[in-house]
Amino acid sequence: MKTFDYTITDPEGIHARPAGLFVKEAGKFASKITIAKDGKEVDAKRIFGIMSLGVKKDNTVTLNIEGDDEEEAFTALEAFFKENL
Amino acid sequence: MLKFSGSSVFGGVAIGKLFIFQKNENKVERRHIEDVEKETERFEKAKEKALEQLQGLYEKALKDVGEANAMIFEVHQMMLEDLDYQDSIHYMIKEQQINAEFAVAQTSDNFAEMFAAMDDAYMQGRAADVRDISERLISILTDSQSSLDVFQEPVVIVAEDLAPSETVQFEKDKLLAIVTRQGSANSHTAILARTMDIPAVIQADIGLDPEYNGKTVIVDGFTGDIYLDPDEETSKVMEAKLADCLAEKELLQQLKGKEDVTLDGKHLKLYANIGNPGDVANVLRNDARGIGLFRSEFLYLESEDFPTEEEQFKAYKAVAENMAGKKVIIRTLDIGADKTVDYFKLDEEENPAMGYRAIRICLTQQEIFKTQLRALYRASNYGQIAIMFPMIISVEEVRKIKKIVEEVKAELTELAVPFKDVELGVMIETPAAVMVSDELAKEVDFFSIGTNDLTQYTLAIDRQNAKLGDFYNAHHPAILKMIEMVVKNAHGAGIWAGICGELGADLSLTETFLKMGVDELSVSPAMVLRVRKIIRETDTSK
Repeated sequence: MKTFDYTITDPEGIHARPAGLFVKEAGKFASKITIAKDGKEVDAKRIFGIMSLGVKKDNTVTLNIEGDDEEEAFTALEAFFKENL
Repeated sequence: MLKFSGSSVFGGVAIGKLFIFQKNENKVERRHIEDVEKETERFEKAKEKALEQLQGLYEKALKDVGEANAMIFEVHQMMLEDLDYQDSIHYMIKEQQINAEFAVAQTSDNFAEMFAAMDDAYMQGRAADVRDISERLISILTDSQSSLDVFQEPVVIVAEDLAPSETVQFEKDKLLAIVTRQGSANSHTAILARTMDIPAVIQADIGLDPEYNGKTVIVDGFTGDIYLDPDEETSKVMEAKLADCLAEKELLQQLKGKEDVTLDGKHLKLYANIGNPGDVANVLRNDARGIGLFRSEFLYLESEDFPTEEEQFKAYKAVAENMAGKKVIIRTLDIGADKTVDYFKLDEEENPAMGYRAIRICLTQQEIFKTQLRALYRASNYGQIAIMFPMIISVEEVRKIKKIVEEVKAELTELAVPFKDVELGVMIETPAAVMVSDELAKEVDFFSIGTNDLTQYTLAIDRQNAKLGDFYNAHHPAILKMIEMVVKNAHGAGIWAGICGELGADLSLTETFLKMGVDELSVSPAMVLRVRKIIRETDTSK
C-alpha cells in the first residue's frame, strides 16, 4: 500500500471541477484508492464522495492506494495534486 | 398595456414575442415495477442520452460563451457518472421495485440535501447541480419534450429563474432578452447574458401568467422596464431607442482597432478599469489599449485570510500574460473605509472614509505591503506591469514607499528572482495630493486621478447620502480646476497624468479633458468604444 499526505494550496479548495478531474485520473488505475480528511474516508473514484469532504485550502488530505498498479497510481496522483491543487 | 419593472443586469432594447419558460415540473409518480432488469436498462439508456446531451451543451457553450462558462457541463457529466449516485438509483429500482424516474427523484433529493447541509456556500450551491442533472434524466425517462424546442421565432424569455444549462440551451439567435423573477446580478444567468450581449432584467415583478405567452413585449435593459402589449406611443419611443441602440452598436464595432486620436492629431491612452482577472476578456473585447486600474482588493475580499504571495503572484501574472505586453496598472490594496475584511482586524472608526485605510495600512503593517510588492515585482517579468499607490497625501509617504520598494527589489535580486523595471505612480484622490502635485511629480512616473474620492473629499459630500443630492455637482469647477492643475504639474515634471475615476467615462467631459492635456483615461470596459468615438470626433484646436 502506498500513502501520502497533501496540504491543499489552491484558494478554492477541491471544487467540483478539480474533484471531477481527479476522479478521471484515479479511474485510470485498477488499484483501490481512497481519500480521507479528518477521519472521513471516501472512494477517490466518486466525485460526490470527494465533494462531500468539503476540502478547503490549507486542509490536509490523506491518500491511500492499494493494488497491482499502486506505484504508477501514486506517481500520477501525487503529480496531479501538486499541479492542480 | 401592462408595465412591469426589475433591475437591469445588461443594457439594450428588445422587442418581440413573450415566451413564458416553465421548468418541467416533473411530477414523478411512484410505480411498482415487475421487471427490474428492464427498468435498470431504461435508466442506463436515459443516462447515456443525458451524457450525450450534456456533451452537446458543452460544445455549444464552448463556442458561444467560452471555456470557463462551459465547464459546468463537463462537471455535470462527471456527476452523472458518479458511482454513488448510480448505485443509489440501481439499488432503489432493485430493492424497492420502483420505476426509474422515481428512483432518480429520490436519489436527487438525498444528494441535494447532503450538499445543502454542508457548511460551505459553494458546496451548498452544488445542490442545484444535482437537481439539474436529475431533472434531465427524468425528462428523458418521461419523454417530456423540453419546452425550449417549441419556439421557432426569436422570443423574450420570462422565467422564475434560469439554470445555466437552460440559458445555454437557447439558440442565441432565437433569444432577444431574458427576464427572470429571481436571480442576482452575479448569477450565472446574468453573466451569460452579458457575455451573449442581450438585454437582461432580473427580480422583475412580472407574473408567469400563461396568458402572456405570444404577446408582444418590450424589454428596456437600460431601465429594467418591461412593457406588455405596448401602446402605440410606447412602441414608437422604444422602437426609436432600439434603432439608436443598434446604430450605436454598429458604429462602436467599427471603432475597434482604430487609434485614439483627435481630429487635430492629439493622442490619448484609452485604458480600462477591472476588478478581477476574469474581466480581462471584456477589456480585450472592447479593444482597450491597456488596464489603467486593476483593483487588487478582490484578492483580499474573497479570501478568509491574507492572500499569500503565491496566490497574488498567480493572479497578477495571469492578467499580465493575458494582456500580452499591454500596460497593466495595478493599484495596491485599498482596504478600509467601505471595503473591510475581518482578518485585517480593523478597529471601528468614527469616520472610516478618513480613517485607517489603503496606503496608511500598508505603511503601518509593512509585511502585508511587502508581500503584495514582491508578488507584483515577480509578475512584472511576464508583461508590462505598473504599480500605483492609493490615498497619498504627502511626499514623505511616497519616499517611504519607494524605500520599501527598493528593499523588496534588493531581496528579489539576492534570491536571483527575475523582475523588470516597473513604473511607479500615485493616485491623486485627496485635495492634499493635488496641492502638492508639483512635488509629487518629481518622485513618480505617473499620476492617476481618482475622481470619486477626490470629489467626495473636496466637496465634503458623502455620495451615498441621498439627502445631499441637490448639493452634489459632479462637474463642480473646483474638481475641474484641480484636474487641470494636476495635469499641468505632471507635465512640468515630464510625467503623464490620467483619470481613472468615474468622471473619466463622463462623455460630456471628454473634450474638456483632451483640451486640458490629460494623457490617459481609464474607464469601464463597456465605455471604451464610446469614449473612443468622442475622442475621434474632437478637435482640441477649436
